[in-house]
Amino acid sequence: MPETSRRGLLFGTAAVSAGAFLTACTSNEPKDEASAPDGRPAAADDKPGTPVTIGFAGPQADHGWLNAINVQARTRAEKYSEVTLETTEGSNDTAAQIGQVKTLINKKVDVLVVLPADGKALTQVGLEAMKAGIPVVNLDRIFASPQAYRCWVGGDNYGMGLNAGHYIGEQLKGKAGAKVVELAGIDNLELTKQRSQGFADALKNYSNIELVARQAADFTVESGQAKMAQLLQAQKQFDALWNHDDDQGVGALRAIEQAGRDEFIMVGGAGAKSAMDAIKAGNSVLKATVLYPPTMAASAIDLARALGQSKGVAGLAELEIPTSLTLYSAVVTQDNIDQYLPTGFS
Amino acid sequence: MTQPAPPAPHHGPGKQDTTGPAAAPAKTAGPARAFGLRADVRNLSLLGVLAVLVAVGGITEPEAFLDTGNLQLILTQASVIGVVTVGMTFVIISGGIDLSVGAMVALASVWATTLATQEYGFAGIAFTAVVVGLAAGLVNGVLIAYGRLVPFIATLAMLASARGLALQITDGKTQIVTVRPVLDLGLPGSYVLGIPPLVLIFAAVTAAGWLLLNRTTFGRRTVAVGGNAEAARLAGIDVRRQRLYLYLLSGLCCGIAAFMLVVLSGSGQNTNGNLYELDAIAAAIIGGTLLSGGRGTIVGSVLGVLVFTTITNIFALNNLQSDVQQIAKGAIIVAAVLVQRRSLRDDGT
Repeated sequence: MPETSRRGLLFGTAAVSAGAFLTACTSNEPKDEASAPDGRPAAADDKPGTPVTIGFAGPQADHGWLNAINVQARTRAEKYSEVTLETTEGSNDTAAQIGQVKTLINKKVDVLVVLPADGKALTQVGLEAMKAGIPVVNLDRIFASPQAYRCWVGGDNYGMGLNAGHYIGEQLKGKAGAKVVELAGIDNLELTKQRSQGFADALKNYSNIELVARQAADFTVESGQAKMAQLLQAQKQFDALWNHDDDQGVGALRAIEQAGRDEFIMVGGAGAKSAMDAIKAGNSVLKATVLYPPTMAASAIDLARALGQSKGVAGLAELEIPTSLTLYSAVVTQDNIDQYLPTGFS
Repeated sequence: MTQPAPPAPHHGPGKQDTTGPAAAPAKTAGPARAFGLRADVRNLSLLGVLAVLVAVGGITEPEAFLDTGNLQLILTQASVIGVVTVGMTFVIISGGIDLSVGAMVALASVWATTLATQEYGFAGIAFTAVVVGLAAGLVNGVLIAYGRLVPFIATLAMLASARGLALQITDGKTQIVTVRPVLDLGLPGSYVLGIPPLVLIFAAVTAAGWLLLNRTTFGRRTVAVGGNAEAARLAGIDVRRQRLYLYLLSGLCCGIAAFMLVVLSGSGQNTNGNLYELDAIAAAIIGGTLLSGGRGTIVGSVLGVLVFTTITNIFALNNLQSDVQQIAKGAIIVAAVLVQRRSLRDDGT
């Protein structure tokens, strides 16, 4: 019994690879001709191809960013006439989500896109899907084993901290004895540690800056307000604030308004619409936000579609789509706000 | 019940001991003076804990801690959870529990901050918050009093469904308040003699709660139901209706707290009031309210809230990280309760 299934699996993989190779070869031709001068992917990719059913197991939308993830996935799938999206109800519950992914496997979807509630806990079901011959696009929270996904796409938490730190460093250049304050996210999340580490590493490049205080909030408006009010009370004067999350930033800005303080610049994180509006208006301490783009969900649908149609990524020399794709955490300021405003989530 | 005459509800609190030591459990028995004294000792020891905390704050961060702005901050941050705790204290004294307070705060706050509600301005937001809180409390009360559900289960169900409903209303989005009078209420310009309006609301709710518990028939009935529901029923108290009123009261407090939270944070979010149930229960217990019912004071609960808020404040001022904060908070809860126990060694509990 295992003998047969392994043989079947091997054969299936070989067939898929061969198919991918052939399609990639043939589809490469028009790409070379149609490449736009700015290096953007050829438009050929937007043309309807073979029908693909994508199973999407997303998160429970109890946070602005997570809600944006679901919206991005849905609207991107609607853009393609040949793509059918099978969505399960968003879940924060690991056991429930495992059940949902299994249902999608049983429905025999062509490709799976999973943003796991817990990457480690969902590894097994990712493996199961891959063994059943369904390629998995792992979105954001990574599975414990590379065997459990065909492709990972997600944000760069370390890069967020790094870019926020560099932006602040450049703004405070030449200011002796500059003080910086950090309002972190949920401390028991790995991503919070990565964001803080990146921030600390970036600040090491600027000897005039000292990180004088760091408090963790809970990614909520309420916690943002409460923790920021405390920070403002503790630090009577400082030059810059990095806040890990724009949702808790709504509360942080409220605390800043209540304390009547404006001697510092503030940099947010994630890229919420409200933060972008404030940056554009330029009438508050919020001068920039470091992106953790929810558009990654749309990209995951693109990758899933390409996998389902055995196509490569336009604009790259590779025949296959890459196994991992880390997004860039751009710093959005008043100078480039118009470019990023459409990706802001509420 | 060997004693034929349980207390008539219209008697003063001092007459409570007519049940006799043999009839009622130890927690409601004992001379009235001792009962009052015990409450005082508990509150005194809590005041002692608070004094120690103030000393710690003053020594570690003299400039930041001992300043008017910080006092205003501590009281403001105690206000929202404080109002919830007053309602919770009544419920626990009656022998019940309300696990849904945080979810009710969330539901009331997001309902009050929907764009439709914001159109009606200040009054619309305040009214909606209070009405939604009352409605959720009414459902709890009816389920518990007339549906005969255990409070733990009924309010657990409300916790889940109110949070779900809050999520559905917001669609996961943060509802930012644009109504200026509501926002202004949280700004220093609206302080009355240096006191933030939210603190005044907290003080008013505390005073009302104290009067209700200590000076009215309603308060005596609450204690009686919590001490011995069967005896209370025999005494002619409509226990069911009393329970209905108590969960309604808790819902009302949550509605008021939700409005205060909207003022404080300038927004409604489905994550509002996260873990309020644990904070409110912990504050009430630290304040000397008996989890099995029959005993508790409003002043004790309010002191419990202040102890928690002051701890959090001192932690933040000293820039302690959250892991250290959590460990220390746990240790201080245990220490505070142990200190109370010590000063009550003859209590027998």
